[in-house]
Amino acid sequence: MHDSHKFKIPIGPQHPALKEPESFSVALKGEKIMGVDIRLGYNHRGIEKACEERTFLQDVYLVERVCGICSHSHSTCFVQAVEEIAGLEIPARAKYLRTLIAELERVHSHLLWLGVAGHEIGFDTLLMYTWRDREIVMDILAQFTGNRVNYGLNTIGGVRRDIDASQVKDALKAVDTLEERTKYYIEIATSEVTIIKRLSGVGVLSYEDAIRLDAVGPTARASGVKRDVRKNDPYAAYADVSFDIITDDHSDVYGRTVVRLKELLESFKIIRQVLHNLPAGPIVIKAPRKIPAGEAISRYEAPRGEDVHFVKSNGGEKPERAKIRAPTLANVQAVKHMLKDRFLADMPIVIAAIDPCFSCTDRAIEISRPGEKRKEVITWPALHDYSIGWHREHGIDFSALNKKLKKGFKTS
Amino acid sequence: MLKDLFYILVFPGFLFLSLFALFAEFIDRKLYARLQNRVGPPWFQPLADFIKLSAKEDIIPAAANQNIFKTMPVFVLASVVTAFLYIPLWKEKALFSFNGDVIVVLYLLTIPTLGFFVGGWYSSSLFARIGSVRTITQLFTYEVPLFMGILASALLANTWSLSEMTQFYSAHPYYWVFNLIGFAVSLLALLGKLEKTPFDIPEAETEIVAGSFTEYSGRLLAFLRLGIDIEMIVGSALLSAVFLPFGFNLAPALGFILFLVKVLFIVCLLSLARTVAARLRIDQMISFCWKYLTPLALLQIVVNLILKAGLL
Repeated sequence: MHDSHKFKIPIGPQHPALKEPESFSVALKGEKIMGVDIRLGYNHRGIEKACEERTFLQDVYLVERVCGICSHSHSTCFVQAVEEIAGLEIPARAKYLRTLIAELERVHSHLLWLGVAGHEIGFDTLLMYTWRDREIVMDILAQFTGNRVNYGLNTIGGVRRDIDASQVKDALKAVDTLEERTKYYIEIATSEVTIIKRLSGVGVLSYEDAIRLDAVGPTARASGVKRDVRKNDPYAAYADVSFDIITDDHSDVYGRTVVRLKELLESFKIIRQVLHNLPAGPIVIKAPRKIPAGEAISRYEAPRGEDVHFVKSNGGEKPERAKIRAPTLANVQAVKHMLKDRFLADMPIVIAAIDPCFSCTDRAIEISRPGEKRKEVITWPALHDYSIGWHREHGIDFSALNKKLKKGFKTS
Repeated sequence: MLKDLFYILVFPGFLFLSLFALFAEFIDRKLYARLQNRVGPPWFQPLADFIKLSAKEDIIPAAANQNIFKTMPVFVLASVVTAFLYIPLWKEKALFSFNGDVIVVLYLLTIPTLGFFVGGWYSSSLFARIGSVRTITQLFTYEVPLFMGILASALLANTWSLSEMTQFYSAHPYYWVFNLIGFAVSLLALLGKLEKTPFDIPEAETEIVAGSFTEYSGRLLAFLRLGIDIEMIVGSALLSAVFLPFGFNLAPALGFILFLVKVLFIVCLLSLARTVAARLRIDQMISFCWKYLTPLALLQIVVNLILKAGLL
């Protein structure tokens, strides 16, 4: 006998709504969500540990690969921390170029998000349109840095590539086109009935909850929280440019859409200012190979929210510890709250509305509670034995084959 | 007897219908793609998809009810092909007709939806089950306005036979203009029947993978998809016979072309609708159908009753 009134369905780890493996186990009563269990950890890559094995300069390229979308965010955040420890003051032109790429990255990330959001609510036309226009900014990024996603622009002490006048002209032209298209999308998102029906009132996160659950980025700003590292703690060239923090009081997915779309317009404003006021001068200063002992925390406003990097050096070539707090980790706590009493149909868009990036977020954490002896860390040989035992239980046994293979090797 | 078999199996029955359905799928996909700024598939893509799927392995879940799971695609296909025989195409008279066939056609067109429900339910997958429940929930919302919209037209013609309806509208040209509300209502309801955006709730891929069809694969899926394509043609042909009843007295070749144009016109309207809208939620669809579509269909009935008293 099955209970047809209440059952659990697995959204993930493999599911068309999710672009990365993540498990959301949803308890349903009819169409209504009764509870959600979120399980992270399908994408753990051990990047923080790998950072300790490499030199600071190698780490810049490694942390760039934390995220495929906000790659510049992570590398900038990391080099800022390293530069702070080493006491390096980078040239003004390098700061401007970092800001320029950062904002272009925000444009491409927000356009990508808009397309994904359209797809999640079954509006594929929006996906096709926004991703077509995203190509414009991708082309500009490729022209500036040579790459479409992992730009490899940052280095400790500055940037690696300069731009010339003709590139500036191309970029200004592209920004004009993008601004016009963005205005069109704002018009669509605020007037198309089916979009508004699917977005407004969905995934509500009140101002108090956003503060309590520590939401960051557009998720927090859509709940009226004026929280933006670019303004609160300016880095790179953000102190020199004028722009507004976009907030919205809808507190729902619709608000998050509006915030992201309006932020695009602010980004265009910043890009124009940076391109017009690009200071002359060198783009890089020489950085020491060995970073003096010390530690630093660096904050950065990635497209998805505040990114935090902590770097500790013991005076050698390699960092002693690198810690990355990706914005998704701050926002994913809020998802469970947003899904309360909603419908199954709202699930994909509510998850997508925080613009999640799970592989950036996954960490292995050892929890030891005082007084408890239970240790939950599994060692490599133990995992190996566990895997063999599990397969044997399920009728797959390789021991005979292994013996045969060993014999074969001996005879030959 | 042999002639009837030819009608049923070859022209305008199963074979013609299948090829036309695949062609209409191409038109639908190409138009959808062009409206989205994409290139779209070549003309043979639907046929290629069908052949490719037919060559694939059929995987039937161990927990599924084998017989029901296997027979549902055939059931779907058979019911829509049968419905087609009662619809007047390019002549005033359909291949077969009797008084009351409009009801039979509408019921035959309901069977695919029930087929999706039963097939999905017995495939024992959670996603398919949710899809099935959504299919059947949706059925109760669009079916009423669809029935009322089409029967309002029959009311004006004072007959329950599709063939006699077209005869009536041919004898009274321009009367079909009165049924335009019913046409709009039925078109929207047909979107729900065909499970197309904004009413593709039962197969919302970002929520429940493929809904009722999640567990279907290989040949069974190929025939299910063919069944859906044919359902689109039959639904469009029904709407064109009821709401666009003109040009039945042309030369056969010309009438045939006009029939194709009319059906493809409705197919184009359907793809246009799915290009410009997002998927609704099931509760929103229910309230949309009951709050707006059904009252509009009622209005059509009232209009036709008044017309009938005044004109005839």
